Amino acid sequence: MSDLEADPVATATGWLELRRAAAVVTPARVFLGSAGLSHRSADALALRADHAAARDAVASVLDLGHPALAPLGLFEVCTEAGDHAVHLRRPDLGRRLGPDARARLTAEGTVGADLQVVVGDGLSVAAVYAQVPALLVELERLTGLQGWTWGRPFAVRHCRVGVLNDLGVVLDPRVVVLLVGERPGLATAESLSAYLAWRPRPGCTDADRNLVSNIHDRGTPVELAARRIVALAEAMVAAQASGSEVREPDQL
Amino acid sequence: MGYRATLRGERFHFADLPELLAKANEPKSGDELAGIAARSLRERVAAKLALAEVTLGELAERPVVEDELEASLLAAHDREAFAAIASSSVGELRDALLDPSSRAELALRRAAILPSMAAAVAKIMGDKDLIVAAAGLRTVTRCRNTLGEPGVFGVRIQPNHPADDPEAMLLAVLDGLLHGCGDAVIGVNPVGDSVAGVATQLGVLQRVIEVLGLPTQACVLAQVGSQLAALERGAPVDLLFASLAGTTDATASFGLSEAMLRDGREQVLASHRSRPGFVGEQVVYVETGQGSALSAGAHHGVDQLTLEARAQGYARLVDPFLVNSVVGFIGPEYLADGRQIRRAGLEDHFMGKLLGIPMGMDVCYTNHVDADQNDADDLLVLLAAAGCNYVMGVPGADDVMLSYQSTSYHDAASVRELFGLRPAPEFEAWLAGRGLWRDGRLVASSGSDLRALYDASRPALGR
Repeated sequence: MSDLEADPVATATGWLELRRAAAVVTPARVFLGSAGLSHRSADALALRADHAAARDAVASVLDLGHPALAPLGLFEVCTEAGDHAVHLRRPDLGRRLGPDARARLTAEGTVGADLQVVVGDGLSVAAVYAQVPALLVELERLTGLQGWTWGRPFAVRHCRVGVLNDLGVVLDPRVVVLLVGERPGLATAESLSAYLAWRPRPGCTDADRNLVSNIHDRGTPVELAARRIVALAEAMVAAQASGSEVREPDQL
Repeated sequence: MGYRATLRGERFHFADLPELLAKANEPKSGDELAGIAARSLRERVAAKLALAEVTLGELAERPVVEDELEASLLAAHDREAFAAIASSSVGELRDALLDPSSRAELALRRAAILPSMAAAVAKIMGDKDLIVAAAGLRTVTRCRNTLGEPGVFGVRIQPNHPADDPEAMLLAVLDGLLHGCGDAVIGVNPVGDSVAGVATQLGVLQRVIEVLGLPTQACVLAQVGSQLAALERGAPVDLLFASLAGTTDATASFGLSEAMLRDGREQVLASHRSRPGFVGEQVVYVETGQGSALSAGAHHGVDQLTLEARAQGYARLVDPFLVNSVVGFIGPEYLADGRQIRRAGLEDHFMGKLLGIPMGMDVCYTNHVDADQNDADDLLVLLAAAGCNYVMGVPGADDVMLSYQSTSYHDAASVRELFGLRPAPEFEAWLAGRGLWRDGRLVASSGSDLRALYDASRPALGR
């Protein structure tokens, strides 16, 4: 196939050297070379292959017995989105806790924690498996250093960000951190987002939330993400609010 | 009251204008999610028939949403120009837009068109109608260059990086420039929204523009508050970016109000007076997208196409330099598949042009929607035919920060060549000066072109 790596012109003119240097700095598809003005065969097909993998990742479902999650001892509740297909098409249902969730949360969860971490499948369980174990440990450690109480973490199946409002009503935590799998990209299906809210209640929107996104090895690594999340939580405690009124402290 | 139509002997009734507008819409999963879509194909066509009879005057008198935005839209409405078309029906407006001579007259009266009229006429147009009518409605805007003139097809360089790395951003910019992209804007979506981070990125982009002498504008697509705070700290803001939705409260859910937007625009304009290189006073960049109001729970029972037109009306209030819909970004709950995304892209572009805003498009799709790069290819070609002001240039079509696919530098360059289109004139001259553009065509670049640009740009990183 037409691989630029085997192209003598690209080698001779120094194009390949710069392309290799760029690959160290960024996962973006830069300096690809062209067929006419279009993509070369290898690049066009690589895009299709990565897209196929991402589509398949979206189709996979949360498994708390997965080796990455099993040691965490999470329990699980479900939203009103009864299955995966409904989850994708009905975000309104994914924002509401399902019928059995309230009882289970009050029985097994923590009411009134200073910091409550919740794990949601969102659109990528691969992100949950890859980032949540280390992130959860680090968040618990930093929460301890702050002297805050730690709510028992749990998972929400078929989860959308808006479920924060229902969780606020049932468990009444001070700050909630929802760790949710982002829509898979082509470079990675392992990117996680953390949505933060101060005392969420029905009617709260994204304007009342703060976000640390792109949590993965080549984006915001877990340790930095944990520090940013806790710094945001501190800012919320100081402001007794979240969302656009709270600006993220400058990079730590 | 209400609206009626008879289709092949079957009678249909629509209780009010919002119901009629919603049911006349082409199929959208978002309207189904909202529970307002037509219940059968016959009912959909019946609604189109009834809507075609409604006069523009009636649409002006019956706001679909009563909010602050509606008051502002009506305050800015050119009633004098409207008087000449108020008695026309939606069907007559469609016909007039498809006839080149009457379209030319309408093109001069676009301040007379309100968003609900643009939406109504789009609903009774076929895809080709949307293309033919839009192609005859140009919108020219000026900031540090001139976009939108006949034959010009702009491209935004979108050099996003998952950790906001300045060097990575610079490399993606250089790659875009070699493909002739970057005339619309060099626009970064930042991961973080901290003021220091936004100020740093604005500084790097501006230094790239300075050291390479680029006749273009930069933008960091952060929250309005963060951009203005960075401006206050002395960071250079060429374009103030805002995400807008079709109702006052949906936009408020993004943390934004009309007053903030107007104030911000004034601050950016004032800052330009002490900076060289501006050829115009259009300093706002707006992104919109069907479904955002429903997503924010603020759609007031109105369909997503009508609300998209209102978002565009919102944009028109602040005299924007760039407006684009991010048409496939929102997900399958609002636009189910490639077919619905294609339709929405053509609608959004047409409505924007009819409202007189400089309409571009982020032709895109996410990985949880039933679409692929072929769908992006198709819509890109259709929009080039429709005279779209600009599209996105993303390295290899893969946005490694926002995790979705758009159009690539290659895609934009090959479509320019396919249609004989050019970059903005100032930018074309810059490309020609560097030997990257000759006789109306992009010149294939070599490793030495890349090396030269790379070396010339290093000072932007302080290296």
